[in-house]
Amino acid sequence: MAAEHTVKAYDEELDRMNNAILEMGGIVEQQLAASIAALVRRDDELASRVITEDRRVDALEAEIDHLAVRILALRQPVAVDLRVITASLKVASDLERMGDYAANVAKRSIAIQEIDPIRLTHAISRMAGVAQGMIKDVLDSFRDRDVDRAMAVWRRDEDVDESYNSLFRELLTYMMEDPRRITPCAHLLFIAKNIERIGDHATNIAETVSYVVTGTPVEEERPKGDVTSFHQADGETEAPAS
Amino acid sequence: MTEDSDAMVSLTMEDDAAPAAAGSAADTDAAPRMRMRARDVNVFYADKQALFDVDIDLALNKVTALIGPSGCGKSTFLRCLNRMNDIIDICRVTGSITLDDRDIYGRDIDVVQLRARVGMVFQKPNPFPKSIYENVAYGPRIHGLARKGRELDEVVEQSLRRAGLFDEVSDRLQQPGTSLSGGQQQRLCIARAIAISPEVILMDEPCSALDPIATAKVEELIDELRQHYTIAIVTHNMQQAARVSQFTAFFHLGELVEFEATEQIFTNPHDQRTQDYITGRFG
Amino acid sequence: MTDIAEPRLAGAWQDADWTKRRLRRRYRAERRFKAYGLVAVFVALGFLALLIGSVIVEGYPAFVRTSVALEVDFDPKVLGVGEAPTAEELQRADYGKLLREAVFAAFPEVTSRKERRKLLKLVSTAARFELRELLVDDPSIVGTTRRVWLTASSDVDMLNKGSAPRDVPEDERRLDDQQLGWIDTLHAAGFVETGFNGAFFTNADSREPEIAGIGGAIAGSFYMLLVTLVLTFPIGVTAAIYLEEFAPKNRVTDMIEVNINNLAAVPSIVFGLLGLAVFINLFHLPRSAPIVGGLTLTLMTLPTIIIAARSALKAVPPSIREGAYGVGASPIQMVFHHVLPLATPGILTGTIIGMARALGETAPLLMIGMVAFIVDIPGSPFDPATALPVQIFLWADSPERGFVEKVSAAILVLLAFLIAMNAVAIYLRRRFEVRF
Repeated sequence: MAAEHTVKAYDEELDRMNNAILEMGGIVEQQLAASIAALVRRDDELASRVITEDRRVDALEAEIDHLAVRILALRQPVAVDLRVITASLKVASDLERMGDYAANVAKRSIAIQEIDPIRLTHAISRMAGVAQGMIKDVLDSFRDRDVDRAMAVWRRDEDVDESYNSLFRELLTYMMEDPRRITPCAHLLFIAKNIERIGDHATNIAETVSYVVTGTPVEEERPKGDVTSFHQADGETEAPAS
Repeated sequence: MTEDSDAMVSLTMEDDAAPAAAGSAADTDAAPRMRMRARDVNVFYADKQALFDVDIDLALNKVTALIGPSGCGKSTFLRCLNRMNDIIDICRVTGSITLDDRDIYGRDIDVVQLRARVGMVFQKPNPFPKSIYENVAYGPRIHGLARKGRELDEVVEQSLRRAGLFDEVSDRLQQPGTSLSGGQQQRLCIARAIAISPEVILMDEPCSALDPIATAKVEELIDELRQHYTIAIVTHNMQQAARVSQFTAFFHLGELVEFEATEQIFTNPHDQRTQDYITGRFG
Repeated sequence: MTDIAEPRLAGAWQDADWTKRRLRRRYRAERRFKAYGLVAVFVALGFLALLIGSVIVEGYPAFVRTSVALEVDFDPKVLGVGEAPTAEELQRADYGKLLREAVFAAFPEVTSRKERRKLLKLVSTAARFELRELLVDDPSIVGTTRRVWLTASSDVDMLNKGSAPRDVPEDERRLDDQQLGWIDTLHAAGFVETGFNGAFFTNADSREPEIAGIGGAIAGSFYMLLVTLVLTFPIGVTAAIYLEEFAPKNRVTDMIEVNINNLAAVPSIVFGLLGLAVFINLFHLPRSAPIVGGLTLTLMTLPTIIIAARSALKAVPPSIREGAYGVGASPIQMVFHHVLPLATPGILTGTIIGMARALGETAPLLMIGMVAFIVDIPGSPFDPATALPVQIFLWADSPERGFVEKVSAAILVLLAFLIAMNAVAIYLRRRFEVRF
């Protein structure tokens, strides 16, 4: 983004879209933090605020879509501008999904209110902390067009996946120990899965950032940490990761 | 006499061979055959150098677009390809340009014959102030490609058909070419160029004087024509370059900055100058 | 003027009073300028009207002439020929005597020698040639008596057309009271008639104003222009094409171009001197001949035609040249198939205007002897001849009263030719000009 466009209004429109994405990212990041806080502190009110906040995320996504279509129609962007716009569309959609997951976490945190707090929430909180860091970093990398930082985020997703794996196993054990815990643990499992998905979307954004800057898709195979899908239903040991 | 009959044969042969060639060459992108090669081309106007070491290949059945800001040398380069610059006394060209591996600036090349092999369409539609028929028939007549009335009629009709103009003008072939609309005039000029069955067609901003509908028709025509010819087109309109060409060369200050597949140029150009130019960040 | 800054800041200076005043001043200036222009145009038109009007008023009478009818007795004895004369006899017969007898017969009461001499002055001295012509054409009228219309003398002609006044003292007139009486008698008898002066166009020059015509001058001018056209058109157009389309642009061609432009501005008398020195003194071509005049005028007209042809060629848009080159035309094909046809109207216009200028040229012809008094109509470019403008010059120099109207009439004819040529030029331009 070295030089400016000859047409200043073009730059302004691109800036507006960029800012909308950063704002959206900021909200999503906060939402995740708030939903985890609601979970840990059993704060119903905070949780419902997270749920309502999701509308703002949706509104921002709609605005970004609108801006992108407008720029495509009026400016016929090419090269880096074109990549920025398609990337913005994708990032917005990723962020919207992340917002949805955060809202989902909040909803489930309300659902498990009745049940005794389990210390597992702390493990989840840790995992969410990593995911939150990923969101922040990937947004920074998007703002600064920083491929290295984006790729660092991209690799960090492995941590989230691994946290998820251990949580998964732990929760299974709990459920097997005491069938009454199945409901809250299932909720927690879903919460963990949602956070894991948020991490995945953060890696998507990281890939998008890389595409914006380099113009080529990420060729490298992403390190996959989530192996739960290879588990047998009876909860036997993990299948060999291929 | 023999030369004439040879030309006749090639005219008819080409028509038979064309569809087959079009099917195979136009659709496969793998290693296209090169029709023209320019190497280390430098052009001087008196003491001022207009082009610096330009290397470009024009691939068979492909459209190559030359883009760049005004005065970047793209038209100058185009005019080197059929030695149109010879008309300008102070213009000097060095380096080599080959057409089917023969140096077009070589001693054995006659410039008139060269221009019959490398046709040209100009920025402003410039039909001769003669009838539509005469406009198209002129080239074949002076080159002795068709003598008899019926033979000539056929060449004219076929050329007009290829230029997508025949249906629009078939009932008024004797009217002056200048009576047509701008877009029709430009297609008439294209018909005039293809009437002598050139191998390469050079187009110097062919749509700059046309409205969008006429432009679209010419662009569609260019895309059809590439199945039979090798085309190089200079354009100021980057969208046009993106729409019609398979390869794009970006010129700046007389230098060839980047020469790549069009898709590459318009999604991910290598050079910052190209990027700045096509995204509208210049100057 | 303190209010200038404020409205400007407010962005409403367009509505300010001083703006309106300024605007009114600007419009007034415009109207004034238009008025000056109109006055200038009308002054020019006025002078033109005055010039043409006076020439028409003066010249018009020359297109009519007065004839006098005489009963001529074609007596073979008077003529000095036999009853059935041969053509040769008729050529040499005494027509002077025949004329004298016929005039005296019309006024038998006049007998004194002095009076008879005055009587003879009523009829042109050239009348005898008219009689000869009549007889040579039809020898059978020998021995008969017929009424013959003969050209009146210039004095009678002037009087009859009102060009010479009657009501001045006798000694200020060319005709005395007695002669006036005779004319009135003839008039009363219906023996005086005015009609169209066809002879003015067919006769050559003469010392007698009543039979002097511009036929010789027209023929001279025609041969001269023919020579000029035949030489200048091909040479000029070829030179123009070469210089414009083929010549390399270097110092030599620049020099040639500058010199052609200079030649076009050289006074025509200089070309006359050149013609005299080269064609007559060096090549010994006949003096006073249209061929020499034509050659001299060729020298004079060439630069004009080259310049006109070059600008016509230059006006053909380069896109046409490129189009022709683009389909593989050779330079010569490009020129002859495309550029030249488009430039033709311009070239023709330039040529015609050059010819018109040559037609009106006098000075160089004076130098090469075409100012001579020649009574024969030239039959070829090698015969001595004069040209229309030179004829005008010659007549304007003549003392006889009868030539005054001839001068104006010849000017009218010359103007008519020039206007016709320019009209043809305009027509060609309109008709064949292609717009791009």
